[in-house]
Amino acid sequence: MGGKNSVGFLILIIGIILIPFMVTNDYYLGVLIFTAFNCLACIGLCLLMGYAGQISIGHGAFIAIGAYTSGILTAKFAWSPWLAMFCGILIVIVIAFCLGIPALRLKGHYLAMATLGFASIVHIVAVAAVDLTGGPSGLVNIPRLDFFGYVLSSDKQYFYFSWSVVALGVYIAFNLINSRVGRGLQAIHGSEDAASSLGINITSYKVQVFILSAVFASVSGSLYAYYMNYIDPGPFDVSHSILLVTMVAVGGLHNIWGALIGAVFLSLLPEFLSFLSDYLQVLGIAYQPDYDTLVYGFILLIIMLFLPEGLFKGFGNITQFVRSIFKKFSKRASDRVK
Amino acid sequence: MSYSDGTFVDVLQFLIMGIQRGSIYAMVAMGFNMIYNSTGIINFAQGEFVVLGGLMMVSLTMAFNLSIVFAFILTVLFVIVAGILMERLTINPVKEPTVLRLIIITIAVSIIIKGAAMCFWGKGSHYMRHFSSTEPLDFYGATILPQTLWIFAILLFLVVVYVIFFNYTMTGKCMRACAINRDAARLAGINDRKMVMLSFALSAGIGAIAGIIITPIIQMDYARGAMLGLKGFGAAVLGGLGNSMGAVVAGVLLGILEAFGAGYISSHYMDAIALVILLFVLFIRPSGIFGSSEAMRLKEF
Amino acid sequence: MSNSILELEMLRKNFGGVVAVSDLSLQIEQGAITSLIGPNGAGKTTIFNLVTGFLAPSSGHIKFAGRIVNKMKPHTIASIGIGRTFQNVQIFPKMSVIENIMVGRHLRSNAGIFYSCVLPPFLRKEEKRIQEAAEEQLHFLNLAQHAHAPAGSLPLGNQRMLEIARALAIEPKLLLLDEPASGLNARETIAMGELIEKIKQMNVTVLLVEHDMELVMDISDYVAVINFGKLIAEGTPVEIQENEDVIAAYLGE
Repeated sequence: MGGKNSVGFLILIIGIILIPFMVTNDYYLGVLIFTAFNCLACIGLCLLMGYAGQISIGHGAFIAIGAYTSGILTAKFAWSPWLAMFCGILIVIVIAFCLGIPALRLKGHYLAMATLGFASIVHIVAVAAVDLTGGPSGLVNIPRLDFFGYVLSSDKQYFYFSWSVVALGVYIAFNLINSRVGRGLQAIHGSEDAASSLGINITSYKVQVFILSAVFASVSGSLYAYYMNYIDPGPFDVSHSILLVTMVAVGGLHNIWGALIGAVFLSLLPEFLSFLSDYLQVLGIAYQPDYDTLVYGFILLIIMLFLPEGLFKGFGNITQFVRSIFKKFSKRASDRVK
Repeated sequence: MSYSDGTFVDVLQFLIMGIQRGSIYAMVAMGFNMIYNSTGIINFAQGEFVVLGGLMMVSLTMAFNLSIVFAFILTVLFVIVAGILMERLTINPVKEPTVLRLIIITIAVSIIIKGAAMCFWGKGSHYMRHFSSTEPLDFYGATILPQTLWIFAILLFLVVVYVIFFNYTMTGKCMRACAINRDAARLAGINDRKMVMLSFALSAGIGAIAGIIITPIIQMDYARGAMLGLKGFGAAVLGGLGNSMGAVVAGVLLGILEAFGAGYISSHYMDAIALVILLFVLFIRPSGIFGSSEAMRLKEF
Repeated sequence: MSNSILELEMLRKNFGGVVAVSDLSLQIEQGAITSLIGPNGAGKTTIFNLVTGFLAPSSGHIKFAGRIVNKMKPHTIASIGIGRTFQNVQIFPKMSVIENIMVGRHLRSNAGIFYSCVLPPFLRKEEKRIQEAAEEQLHFLNLAQHAHAPAGSLPLGNQRMLEIARALAIEPKLLLLDEPASGLNARETIAMGELIEKIKQMNVTVLLVEHDMELVMDISDYVAVINFGKLIAEGTPVEIQENEDVIAAYLGE
């Protein structure tokens, strides 16, 4: 990890340590735990979309597969949660491999639709395969994670655990980006012809990063299942896959920090909006949680139209802009003094 | 749906149901193709046009009690305006379009339309009165709703209009020219920007019509857009993206396969059938069943 | 030509009904600079794409260092020692200059995706070797001062240099340069010529497609003239300049 990124990483770690001391309300701590799950999935998706340049609107499906594998194996077959999570990873690797080989030969719109179709199929199966998944009424009695018998029972413990996994994910992602393989992926994004002329096996690399990003999603799903102790198909529909793409795009495709910022921003947005609704009430606007979707849509659209590089880069540009104005003023002021 | 005995009647019934569903997929696919031909974009908000058409029609006929014909025209115009607004406000201003950016923009529009529909029409599904009688007709032992006949007739009508428009009118020919080669069309004096806007308008209009005619049968709700869009895209790919006549055939075919799958395999997995077909076509023959393999090699998928 | 590294035998490529390369046989001498010249659309770039695996021949053979390489994919071809550049420069614009070259070291390093993620100590050493090799390459091309600039921000001349540096980083035995001087000014063209001669001194065989005749005649050991996908003449630059078929083809008789 280079200079700026290690600073960012340090801030992340300090933030993780301090937040539970500042947020004592269990509800908000819970929201932040969900945020961690989204962050984890978004890191993987960012590697795939931002660095390798391959779109997937199907990562909700990998979260679902991770969650259901963990849920079914622990609740119905009393497996250890860790083993079930590992098994989920293996299943996701196999599925991502089988899907990735034909799908990643497709480009742009076709790939987007293929992955969207896949997400849809997985959701339908989760609803319809009642014997296995419990269908719409869901799957109960999923245990919490434990460390050698020490159960992560409080939200605070789970917060530390899930955000540590996020930090590990960030660490892995930066290692990958600055490695031989990571450069290969970025090369594929830049020019597939040039990349292959340098000996990079494009198909293999695309499939590998697709699998890696699916594994991130799978772990996120498993952690979700162990936190909720209950899963149903509701959160795993197509709109969740779309939400993940939205998070990565809003934050900034070409940067892991961007993906994290996007995930945090959109995960906390509903809370922020409900907080804001009290003030809007005063202005005579009756804000309801139903409007959230609309707000999401507009935020995504506005960012894509005006800050296509995402919030992260956008902030950078804005600070640069402000700095340049400031410089101009200070220069003018110093000229005047002369 | 009534099941009389005999497999023939079952088959006939499934066939009717399949063509009815397929007609809608065909129309959605035609909408995809129009925008694809003029811009190379796959509009992820295509399914939302259908939802918007259906729900608007519900309000106009049920709440405002307008006549079907009048409400039909108003609804189509309303959705066309939505389509034009989409193009003017979100597609036209993009100076450096990348595929990823355009995909996300159309996704954003679909989220906005979906969110707006939820705010205006709520989360429930909406009943709408049929165009004419709801009394099922007997067709060699199978039953067929008058509304289903309306759907067949309107699809047929649209196909005829489509052929006339693109082959015999100047505007239609200009749009085709843009689809084949945008730069050459521009050099020939065609305003390609206007053609893009027109393609969004037509695409929205055709989506609205699909929504209007299917709503009495399926009862529209705000969240149906994604699935309608996906299946319509399936039909478009199956017929060869950009080939609207292929899309009509493929859409009907997809509907029939789905109806038989639901009848003979499992109704729980009905929605998955069309999607599995979509994936198989994408993976094995992305040029569609009518595309030549020669053209397939030259095209980028 | 006795000691050839690349042999084309009755090579043919059809696009639909169009014959781009027509039963072409050609041998490329090891350690020399050979230029392919010919009017636009003569099939030169198609030959490059056939040799580097971007296109599959309709018939005929391509032999590199005695091996038939017809059915190999581009990345395999690169791994056996054929590097190339592209007519329209294909650098990775968002990556820095040095990272572009580090991508070129791909074949000279081994880390897989798993080790890249966990970064064990031996990998840090490999990473360091990649970086050092890339820096050396940058010094060789006088691009060191731009090392951390985004490659897309370089002027065209430097972009072409960078593309060549990147292709050299795979340590090829044969380097295919597709119009390296197009779009360059006179001074940059001279520098390009010097660079190509330096590459030859590194014992890399160069196959060049170029429209700048002065450059071609100046640096080539052999010249092959192609028209309508056929070989119409080959020989030393002096022989080619006196060949009547060639003059006719260029003047468009």
